[in-house]
Amino acid sequence: MNAQSTDIATYNFAYLDEQTKRMIRRAILKGIAIPGYQVPFASREMPMPYGWGTGGVQVTASIIGPDDVLKVIDQGANDTTNAVSIRAFFKKVAKVDVTTETAKATIIQTRHRIPEQPLTAGQVLVFQVPIPEPLRFLEPRETETRKMHALEEYGLMHVKLYEDIAKHGRIATSYAYPVKVEGRYVMDPSPTPKFDNPKMHRSPALQLFGAGREKRIYAVPPFTDVVSLDFEDHSFEVQTFDQPCALCGAENVYLDEVILDDHGGHMFVCSDTDHCEKRRADGHHGHLAPETHSASGKMEPAE
Amino acid sequence: MYVAVKGGEAAIANAHRLLADRRRGDRAVPALRLDQIVEQLALGVDRVMSEGSLYDRELAALAVVQARGDMIEAIFLVRAYRTTLPRFGYTNPVDTGAMQVERRISATYKDLPGGQVLGPTFDYTHRLLDPELAAGADVETPAQRPVEAEAMPRVSTILAHEGLIEADGEMPLDHVPGDITREPLQFPMARDIRLQALSRGDEGFLLALGYSTQRGYARNHPFVGEIRIGEVELELDVPELPFAVPLGSIRITECQMVNQFKGSAKVPPQFTRGYGLVFGQSERKAMAMALCDRALRAGELGEDVVAAAQDEEFVISHSDNVQATGFVEHLKLPHYVDFQAELDLVRRMRAEYEARENEDRPEEKREAAE
Amino acid sequence: MTDEPLLRVSALSKFYGSRVGCENVTFDLWPGEVLAVVGESGSGKTTLLSCLSTRLLPSSGTASYRMRDGQWRELYRMSEAERRFLMRTDWGLVHQNPADGLRMTVSAGANVGERLMAVGDRHYGRIRATAVDWLSRVEIDEDRIDDEPRAFSGGMRQRLQIARNLVTGPRLVFMDEPTGGLDVSVQARLLDLLRGLVTDLGLAAIVVTHDLAVARLLSQRMMVMKDGRVVESGLTDRVLEDPRAPYTQLLVSSILQV
Repeated sequence: MNAQSTDIATYNFAYLDEQTKRMIRRAILKGIAIPGYQVPFASREMPMPYGWGTGGVQVTASIIGPDDVLKVIDQGANDTTNAVSIRAFFKKVAKVDVTTETAKATIIQTRHRIPEQPLTAGQVLVFQVPIPEPLRFLEPRETETRKMHALEEYGLMHVKLYEDIAKHGRIATSYAYPVKVEGRYVMDPSPTPKFDNPKMHRSPALQLFGAGREKRIYAVPPFTDVVSLDFEDHSFEVQTFDQPCALCGAENVYLDEVILDDHGGHMFVCSDTDHCEKRRADGHHGHLAPETHSASGKMEPAE
Repeated sequence: MYVAVKGGEAAIANAHRLLADRRRGDRAVPALRLDQIVEQLALGVDRVMSEGSLYDRELAALAVVQARGDMIEAIFLVRAYRTTLPRFGYTNPVDTGAMQVERRISATYKDLPGGQVLGPTFDYTHRLLDPELAAGADVETPAQRPVEAEAMPRVSTILAHEGLIEADGEMPLDHVPGDITREPLQFPMARDIRLQALSRGDEGFLLALGYSTQRGYARNHPFVGEIRIGEVELELDVPELPFAVPLGSIRITECQMVNQFKGSAKVPPQFTRGYGLVFGQSERKAMAMALCDRALRAGELGEDVVAAAQDEEFVISHSDNVQATGFVEHLKLPHYVDFQAELDLVRRMRAEYEARENEDRPEEKREAAE
Repeated sequence: MTDEPLLRVSALSKFYGSRVGCENVTFDLWPGEVLAVVGESGSGKTTLLSCLSTRLLPSSGTASYRMRDGQWRELYRMSEAERRFLMRTDWGLVHQNPADGLRMTVSAGANVGERLMAVGDRHYGRIRATAVDWLSRVEIDEDRIDDEPRAFSGGMRQRLQIARNLVTGPRLVFMDEPTGGLDVSVQARLLDLLRGLVTDLGLAAIVVTHDLAVARLLSQRMMVMKDGRVVESGLTDRVLEDPRAPYTQLLVSSILQV
């Protein structure tokens, strides 16, 4: 082989070979059949590092077809670097249409958020999961946690919540808040803020979870019960914000805090950039919105 | 006025252009050719092949250059390529007894059939920087003993004649070796699976764990029964043909560690083994692997599991440097949604704390006044 | 007392390879009865306890337990799920070293409350009130409820372990040298407490100990084991006053003389 030739390494279409996709689809189907159960799968090395969405990318790569329209978000935003990178990856290897609009997407791959706009039947939400095991920080051993799931021994999970209340007067878990799926498996919803937990409950969309490094896939089929764990007298509650989005004036949405200066000045804006832009295009205004703001609302950083 | 500024496609593309520029460096310096890397940085290439689990010197050399010499990045590149390759089949087990040996040493016997063969080793070199090398001085032609006609028996085979060492692990007859690149890892795992994971495990991690067993964290009294480095033939069974088809040869390093064992209720006192095998030439890695393999057999041999090196879930879950580097480095990714949630929680808890303090304070004042 | 035993053990043996753990042990345990299993280390008493508490599977023999619904179930034919459920509801297991039976890094309250949460109690206030009640029953101050057992003395840890086991109202408790490793004065207080609890709650218990004083204080009946076999059994008072087997005579004389 000529050492300097350019065809020294070639990649299969859509990166994963078809055998691998079949294997992953089988895992997904099993996950759908047993909601909330973590299905082990032979995760592949991906061209992005473990921990950067390799599970989500493998799931997306296995289910995506030529007619699909893909949206990728990270922290709720379309334009964060990792979202841009993953979107570019699929544009290159699968040649599918991509979008930033929630409503137009058939597949939405996400890290840490669920879009504000309610999802509809036929859409698939693919979560990137770093640690799929909700019991992992209570019990580090896989052999033991697997047994706990099998025997439905979830008392330890409530021990953690009990400790929170005893120590802090409230449940001090603000993201990756554990849920029980269809009354059986306790599941980690991935590190989404607990604000998004209620959106998972009976969602018309299919929710798939991929953990590449930990080699697990799990799923919440459409219209499945997803209940956040709590106590009768300390019930689950989501974060609330004291003010609406400074740009679009939206209430009851998740907000990012943006530092404006170095004297503690800050503002709160929608974490879901698509939702915010839509609202502004529809004429909604927050108190800090520029008068002549363009709908895109973003600027590339200077070099 | 606030304008959202977030990383965009252009910024990423520009960052990668800058990376390409820095990778090339000073254009007045000739670019490295892959054959130069294959020939002159051969052990680095070997490590990339071994931990990348792909035996291809040229690709490994390309990965080294592309990664600017960052070995874990190079290993990552090779892995991400390897995983896309279709699987045609599995070769027959390699017979290391029939190896074309270039180096073979034993620490347990002064002399043995086939003899001690030092081969190309750093051992006994004085680690003095050599200015002549920098000047590109000519190198003498090496003198090598002619290769022995008959193969060198492995030390483990010699010991086995006397029943002094355990046999090769017994697997059920219908046991099919696993493949960690095709099946999900599950704990507890069979030794064949564990050895595969160790063989592609991070050299530094295994070295540190192996070292820890020597310092008393699960001591297992090792002797280097044998280390051998050389070429072995690969053969593939093809259903249509009545004989195995030779595919070529690869260079590997094998280490058989011989460990003391006092015996148990079921087994008479005898030596046990730790096994290491890696692509290319890497004694350090093969030895560390053998130490870890032996430590991880604690359960099987009825020893107490007291140290990290004996803990299968701990060792195997953390030995893969591609996984490790990905997860450690993912902390660079934005986490502001979760951070916002924590920020909110801490603010609320602080507000409650301050409210309690303020309630308590009037009483304190009163007490002080009294 | 009902006319049926709680536990029936028949010809139970456990071998480790060719070595005997315990051999051919047969006995019945009645509701509310405390049985002491006495012997020196290596006598097989701990192996027996491990088999009875299903942490170890015997080589042969059977053990049947009368469930709360009156049904007899054979322990070694139950699924792991059933055994684990039994273990956290109707049974208790008190380890010699409290660290083996407690979660050392969660609070005393959560240690006591865990079993309640494991069986589905989801009311924080009620769980906490029950924990407070149980802490007081084992003489631990209420204001220690949010402290971790790491900060407790050995005697307190052992009492906490007992509370953690008894909170679900078990009918049978296994105890492995419950006073081992404690100072003599602490031992006396713990034994007093245990005796009170066992009587008040009508608990059946199997107590493994090398200490005849523990057997005398806690148990109505005792079994003496040597080399894996039961060499003598009977009412505790009778065995201690009138030991029949030579080994028991030796044991009793050597200890009572001290």
